Amino acid sequence: MAPHDLRRPFKRAAISDQQKRRDLSLLRQAQNRRDSQQQARCLASSILSLQSSAPESEPEQSDIEIETEHESEDLSKDLDVRRASKLRGPEVRKWFARQLMLPEWMIDVPDRLSQDWYVLARPAGKRCFVVSSNGTTVSRQRNGSILHYFPSALPAGAKTRDGSGSAQSYCILDCIFHESDQTYYVIDMVCWNGYSLYDCTAEFRFYWLNSKLEESGACNVPSHYHKFRFSAVPVYNCDQSGLYAAYSGTVPYVKDGLLFYNKHAHYQSGNTPLVLVWKDENCSQYVIDTDGKGEIPSQQQVVLELQDDRKLVTSDDPPVLFCCLDGDIIEKSGLQSGNLLRFAIGDGGLSFVDGKLENADLIYLGKSNRARAFADSYSKVIFQFMVRHSPLKIDDLLASINSPDDQEKIPSDIEMVG
Amino acid sequence: MQLEPRVQLQIRVFFFFLRFLSPITSVLFGRSFPIGERNIMAMEVTQVLLNAQSIDGAVRKNAEESLKQFQEQNLPVFLVSLSGELANEEKPVETRKLAGLVLKNALDAKEQHRKFELVQRWLSLDSNAKSQIKACLLKTLTSPVSDARSTASQVIAKVAGIELPHKQWPELIGSLLSNIHQLPAHAKQATLETLGYLCEEVSPDVVDQDQVNKILTAVVQGMSSSEGNIDVRLAATTALYNALGFAQANFSNDMERDYIMRVVCEATLSPEVRIRQAAFECLVSISSTYYEKLAPYIQDIFNITAKAVKEDEEPVALQAIEFWSSICDEEIDILEEYGGDFAGDSDIPCFYFIKQALPALVPMLLETLLKQEEDQDQDEGAWNIAMAGGTCLGLVARTVGDDIVPLVVPFIEENISKPDWRQREGATYAFGSILEGPSPEKLIPLVNVALTFMLSALTKDPSSHVKDTTAWTLGRIFEFLHGSVVDSPIISQANCQQIVTVLLQSMKDTPNVAEKACGALYFLAQGYEEMGPSSPLTPFFQEIVQSLLTVTHREDAVESRLRTAAYETLNEVVRCSTDETAPLVLQLVPVIMMELHNTLEGQKLSSDEREKQGELQGLLCGCLQVIIQKLGSSETTKYVFMQYADQIMGLFLRVFACRSATVHEEAMLAIGALAYATGADFAKYMPEFYRYLEMGLQNFEEYQVCAVTVGVVGDISRALEEKIVPYCDGIMTQLLKNLSSNQLHRSVKPPIFSCFGDIALAVGEYFEKYLMWAMSALQSAAELSTHIAGDDELVEYTNSLRNGILEAYSGIFQGFKNSPKTQLLIPYAPHILQFLDGIYMEKDMDDVVMKTAIGVLGDLADTLGSHAGSMIQQSVSSKDFLNECLSSEDLVIKESAEWAKLAIGRAISV
Repeated sequence: MAPHDLRRPFKRAAISDQQKRRDLSLLRQAQNRRDSQQQARCLASSILSLQSSAPESEPEQSDIEIETEHESEDLSKDLDVRRASKLRGPEVRKWFARQLMLPEWMIDVPDRLSQDWYVLARPAGKRCFVVSSNGTTVSRQRNGSILHYFPSALPAGAKTRDGSGSAQSYCILDCIFHESDQTYYVIDMVCWNGYSLYDCTAEFRFYWLNSKLEESGACNVPSHYHKFRFSAVPVYNCDQSGLYAAYSGTVPYVKDGLLFYNKHAHYQSGNTPLVLVWKDENCSQYVIDTDGKGEIPSQQQVVLELQDDRKLVTSDDPPVLFCCLDGDIIEKSGLQSGNLLRFAIGDGGLSFVDGKLENADLIYLGKSNRARAFADSYSKVIFQFMVRHSPLKIDDLLASINSPDDQEKIPSDIEMVG
Repeated sequence: MQLEPRVQLQIRVFFFFLRFLSPITSVLFGRSFPIGERNIMAMEVTQVLLNAQSIDGAVRKNAEESLKQFQEQNLPVFLVSLSGELANEEKPVETRKLAGLVLKNALDAKEQHRKFELVQRWLSLDSNAKSQIKACLLKTLTSPVSDARSTASQVIAKVAGIELPHKQWPELIGSLLSNIHQLPAHAKQATLETLGYLCEEVSPDVVDQDQVNKILTAVVQGMSSSEGNIDVRLAATTALYNALGFAQANFSNDMERDYIMRVVCEATLSPEVRIRQAAFECLVSISSTYYEKLAPYIQDIFNITAKAVKEDEEPVALQAIEFWSSICDEEIDILEEYGGDFAGDSDIPCFYFIKQALPALVPMLLETLLKQEEDQDQDEGAWNIAMAGGTCLGLVARTVGDDIVPLVVPFIEENISKPDWRQREGATYAFGSILEGPSPEKLIPLVNVALTFMLSALTKDPSSHVKDTTAWTLGRIFEFLHGSVVDSPIISQANCQQIVTVLLQSMKDTPNVAEKACGALYFLAQGYEEMGPSSPLTPFFQEIVQSLLTVTHREDAVESRLRTAAYETLNEVVRCSTDETAPLVLQLVPVIMMELHNTLEGQKLSSDEREKQGELQGLLCGCLQVIIQKLGSSETTKYVFMQYADQIMGLFLRVFACRSATVHEEAMLAIGALAYATGADFAKYMPEFYRYLEMGLQNFEEYQVCAVTVGVVGDISRALEEKIVPYCDGIMTQLLKNLSSNQLHRSVKPPIFSCFGDIALAVGEYFEKYLMWAMSALQSAAELSTHIAGDDELVEYTNSLRNGILEAYSGIFQGFKNSPKTQLLIPYAPHILQFLDGIYMEKDMDDVVMKTAIGVLGDLADTLGSHAGSMIQQSVSSKDFLNECLSSEDLVIKESAEWAKLAIGRAISV
């Protein structure tokens, strides 16, 4: 029963510096732990850590040469982050060139269009990946070359004083740069603030895009730390009114066709049938492909890739075979496998059996432009062919939504009553 | 109370019980001792106990060995013999006392695990022996020898502490109280003392209200003025102090409470000073235990305390002041809760006793300020009425805020320039005391007037005492009224120079004044912490650092707290420095390294010198830690600093080598900071450092060292990543051992779990080796921590445990991500989801746990993908939990929740 000590601290700070050192250490450790976990959470299997894309090592756009050796095929697939982060210069471009999701052309109307698909009016302009990381933003076109190098209000997109966002934070957006209003229209979101959305459904990605982009301030008018404005594109459910709105609604940009996204599809690099592009004269200036001078050639032109065994194929995976090239031409023109070659489609046109390409009348024109990264896809060739001969019209699309086929609901489970 | 010899004996007894832990085989008594030979034994016990107190070390050691042998061979007989010795009126008082103490130590120990063993041992003891022992103890209470009675009281309380919770010895209280009125005074006194000890030992919930009533009746009757015997009355008053916790029901009954309060108040007026003091101790205890019942008595209590403060002897006056300090504590807590999140939820309303008493209370306290002792500032242990009064005044200021200012200002004005140092010091102390509590708007005008005066007093006042208090007051000014929290700064460019000059000059004053000047500089620097790229202290940085280093070398700095204060201030100056002075901080590195190097030179140190060396090394390592953290936080300074890394690490290792059994906590903390700054390169230090890391993890006694080392394991994991693999076996084994130890302080266990996460994240799938062990430890801890039943402290602990567990899960899941071995984690997922459900349902997790928990849900989905998707969809509360976090106002929680949503969305859509 010792009497309690009634002495109280006298003329002394309540906290000792040693305790303060301990507390600060704990604070630092907790902060470091949070950072490590955050970093781990942001590492997604298919995301490149972008430290390598320093601008000074970038050659000018005109110097770009896209090599097409087969090693590059290996590079594009199954890259893990640690390996990808070690890529330099041309490999980075090649890697990016392979990361964009490329729509197939709509050559017939998919089932359940109104239930399973979104539609949006595609802005005319340069398709590119916009990457913000480490305080800068870089936009790269389809062939991997840099379009702009600028500060933006995207997370980690500018070196601002508040230093918001950790070094690990970054964004990758799928955009179209629209020249006349100098705006990046975001048509898809691939990574946001370090989190990968690759493996998310389109439904989820669009939801994220709409809530996050606005929040970040990236849609604000340009300023010192934000050189270009970003804007989301209105996305509609592909029912009659949605399709009609996308087709004929007013938008601040020049339209270049309609894009259809399957709601359940993940972001997938390369060509995919789960995103489709369709256009007619009403919603696009460029329905029929033009040549280098901007004129419509009298005959449809296609670019195909020459393979080892003299086969000419599309850029699809797996490639679609068009025909075989004569050994003579190959030798005469000094062609090598992997070259992209330009052909015109002759009067014989394309012939199909059971919906499959049977024969193509191809006339060799020469090697394609060096800036081309890929051959044409099968669906593009067919779409262009259809446009010239029997186009798929907007009325066909609207009609298919009305058709009983499409209205049909999945039969509900039958309850057994014995 | 004769504390001195008792403490001495206890220490000695404690030491030979320590030796009992290592068994010794030699047998001193060549035979065994059946119960029948108790008489022979008893004789020998007397001699052995006498020998155990011999001044001859060898004899003493021999005796201690004998006791140990005896106890090991036949515990019941041993304990019965001891109780017999205690009860035997023919034995010398020393052996009776020692027998009682040995008996007491056989029932209780400081260390929790040892205490538990002793309790179990007593409970399973032969019941015959126990009855004999109890009979002896009760009999001793009537002994004419007061030491024997007092010892028996304590032993009885220990036995009761073990038995009453097990519903044993139910007749104890009845038999103590049965004939209390017929007992002679000395036995009555012993009985009351026993009741006091018993109340201290036993928790109120194991004693029936009926018995509580009986105890309180006996105690309060013993206290009343009708009791003629002073010793009885004193014992009763002291017993009431311990019994107050049992009196909840009685304090709710108006009549009983009135009676108790009246008796206590009467006792404060007893002619016997010890009784008055004990009665005021009761009042202090009542003020915190029954604050809400005090309203009817507060006026009377004020009168009693005012009289005591004015006239009574110091020990009594101190308790009287403490009563008001304690009321302040209560009201500060209540008002804080009013202002907090739970407004209106507070169980206890504030009665504003202090506010009401203010006009009388403040003058009473101010008067005490003039009763200083001459050399109180040089005496570490001093506590007198002036110190207690000033401390209470500070608490009153915190309780009432602005209202105190007009009551104190006239006192300051009247006394601050008087020729008598007591008046100047009292006035200054009054000013310093009221600087926390009132609003800056109220204080700043006063401070603006006073600052110049204070600076002048600090240099010119002839009294060291006044200078001491002036420097302290300046420190309080800077602590509470300087910095980014205050709108109108009290320090301008003009007076900053003067302030620094005066403080640096005062550092050459006597050690106590210099120490306070260091303290003032500490808060001056702290106020500039968030100043941005440029600090007003920059021009003086070099001079300040130089002066502080000079202070650390003062010969008289070692014996006082001055050296510590100087290093602490240096640390704060470095912490709050800006980029402008980074080159100067860098220059400090080799200087402190040299100091540390110098401590390693001494050879063959005495234990006193060794302690001094350790203390200085601690200060220097602490300083280096602060510097490392400062320079490591920016890439440019880190790069330059790294040139010293090898040498610094070499020094730390030599500091470790100075001790054989323990590691130096401060060096360990500094190494954590170094590992963080060094990154993967730290691997080169590991071969040499590892043994100290292990030693730190094994230090259960100094659990702070263990905790710090656990934190450093985390630092090293993050720094080394997979390079930590070679050390993982050892570290994980030790950590698992620590978790299962009941000797290790519980506060270290949550960080150990977090550390699992750190290691797993660092080594990735290599963690597979430990997965089963770690998961099973986590699982059982998770089960324990789902439900909390207990006080706030337990809730807080449980939440820290949950946080540790969750951080471990996060680290493990993220560590395994993208590994082919991910599927190893699937079997654990259901339990983790259940754990998350559990803590969500309990509704008592704090924000930190919430953030970590929702993160774990995301990690689970992120790593397991579709495997987790369906489990999460089926779990009871994941969806609700996620939605709750998404709508949280806490941005950190919201961010974690969005990440979790993303990960879950992905897992479900696969």
